[in-house]
Amino acid sequence: MSNRIDVKKTYKLFINGQFPRSESGRVYEIKSGKDFLANPAQASRKDLRDAVTAARSAHTGWANATAYNRGQILYRIAEMLEGRSSQFVEEICALEKSTSAQAKAQVSQAIDRWVWYAGWADKIATTFGATNPVAGPYYNFTIPEPMGVVGILAPEKPSLLGLVESLAPVLVSGNTAVLVASQSAPLTAITFAEVLATSDLPSGVCNILTGIKEELAPWMASHMDINAMDISGAAKKIQPALREAGADNLKRIFSFNEKVSTQRMVSFLEAKTIWHTIGI
Amino acid sequence: MNASTILDGSEASLKNFLRTLPGVDQVGAEARAAMLGTRSIKNASKSYAIDLAISMVDLTTLEGADTPGKVRALCSKGLRPDPTDASVPRVGAICVYNDMVEIGRQHLDSIGGQDLPIAAVSTAFPSGRASMPVKIHDTQDAIAAGATEIDMVIDRGAFLSGHYGTVFDEIKQIKQLCGERAHLKVILETGELVTYDNVRKASFLAMLAGADFIKTSTGKVAPAATAPVVLVMLEAVRDYYAMTGQKIGVKAAGGIRTTKDAIKQLVLVNETAGPEWLHPSLFRIGASALLNDLLMQRMKIRDGRYASPNYVTID
Repeated sequence: MSNRIDVKKTYKLFINGQFPRSESGRVYEIKSGKDFLANPAQASRKDLRDAVTAARSAHTGWANATAYNRGQILYRIAEMLEGRSSQFVEEICALEKSTSAQAKAQVSQAIDRWVWYAGWADKIATTFGATNPVAGPYYNFTIPEPMGVVGILAPEKPSLLGLVESLAPVLVSGNTAVLVASQSAPLTAITFAEVLATSDLPSGVCNILTGIKEELAPWMASHMDINAMDISGAAKKIQPALREAGADNLKRIFSFNEKVSTQRMVSFLEAKTIWHTIGI
Repeated sequence: MNASTILDGSEASLKNFLRTLPGVDQVGAEARAAMLGTRSIKNASKSYAIDLAISMVDLTTLEGADTPGKVRALCSKGLRPDPTDASVPRVGAICVYNDMVEIGRQHLDSIGGQDLPIAAVSTAFPSGRASMPVKIHDTQDAIAAGATEIDMVIDRGAFLSGHYGTVFDEIKQIKQLCGERAHLKVILETGELVTYDNVRKASFLAMLAGADFIKTSTGKVAPAATAPVVLVMLEAVRDYYAMTGQKIGVKAAGGIRTTKDAIKQLVLVNETAGPEWLHPSLFRIGASALLNDLLMQRMKIRDGRYASPNYVTID
């Protein structure tokens, strides 16, 4: 008797620690070759709005958590990723025309990258902060602080590694994120969201949307409550329009060439300089 | 028909009248309020609703930590909610504690807001637990300081014990003090009245005693202005109008924080009491955080992009 009906997973959005369907009710079809694979949610601008609201309210808590605590939570996520690796391998094989070995390599690399960034959490301030020499009776410090809410358009491929490479440098310093997953291979992103939901990451710190990038990106770029954007995963032809739409609130908009670097973390930091009088 | 033909001055006649009021169908009221809450208001109607809601806001600060500076800032904001956009209407009133009335009045007068009313919460707000002379003095004090609207609380303890006459007389006395100088809003504190039947009874009691407005809550008790409660009060106002020809206002206060909540209230008003009540003289929304959300929604419609709380004031 092997005529059991499979229980298929409904791939939904990840907003404020929950898995809602799109408010629009839309889904879009994902195929593996000619075979139907899944109907992930097609997020609307209102889902984006809700995600930004969640990210904004989560920001104070996440930014004020100690760097050590953030590092521990990110490391915990790596532990959870490890436990799910076979599921990621399956999804990558189905969606990215990868061989099993390639998929395994991608997953291992993604987990290693995540751990690398997790280690940075309590080293950012010492490495990128400074004690500045000034001509006067003052101590002068420059302290890096997170920018706030960051919008991320994740690369299309590799779907898991690309997501990790764009998300980890944003979260590690205390930013919160709204991430639009790979449009052609969104399933790994939702499985990744399940990892986040079962680790200790506070609700709203990372929100993941699946859908049509060209539909969501302009709303993300013009949103006045998003402080910075990583548009590395957006098609080259829409990037100038996004930069223009983001100019009104002086959004920092980056498109990175290097896959992994400290610059990707530093880009999402603001410098706060403090003058402290000596002898008072 | 008016209050004097319904009541002969005795508590017995009041009790008799309240006893004849039909009970509220709880399931029906909740279902109807929920159904009206699903109405989708879009585009031009939404713009209109947002401006209408702004003009109905009683911009409120009722904190122990209120300072003269905060009250002045609130008054400025009430007069010109968005300093960058002169087309935003001003709010319905400013609502503060007694001792802040004079400060607010002086400030409004000095910035051209002479006709923007100041409402004072009175009669031992929010609990109402004080003797009648204290409540009277409290109210006189507010009126003397320049309050043109008085938000009084009823004695919920007396109401729940069935001493309707006591509650009625208190409202009547405060109404006499207000006279022509101040509008009287009677706070029922529906969160403490337990049942919708009590809300209906208290609404009629307040209207018969001379309230110009009936108000849901102090904002200090949850639940406050839930949709079914506002629905029951709007029905009471509608029925009272049919009975006496007198239009009484409703003020929903407490828990209305988003534009969506506010528009739901406006739908309730339109569908229950009728479009005549869609005016600041007959419907108010007591709120503080709501105004910012209304302004942000207005910016969203104006600019075609989502707004940020960084561009509105904190208080």
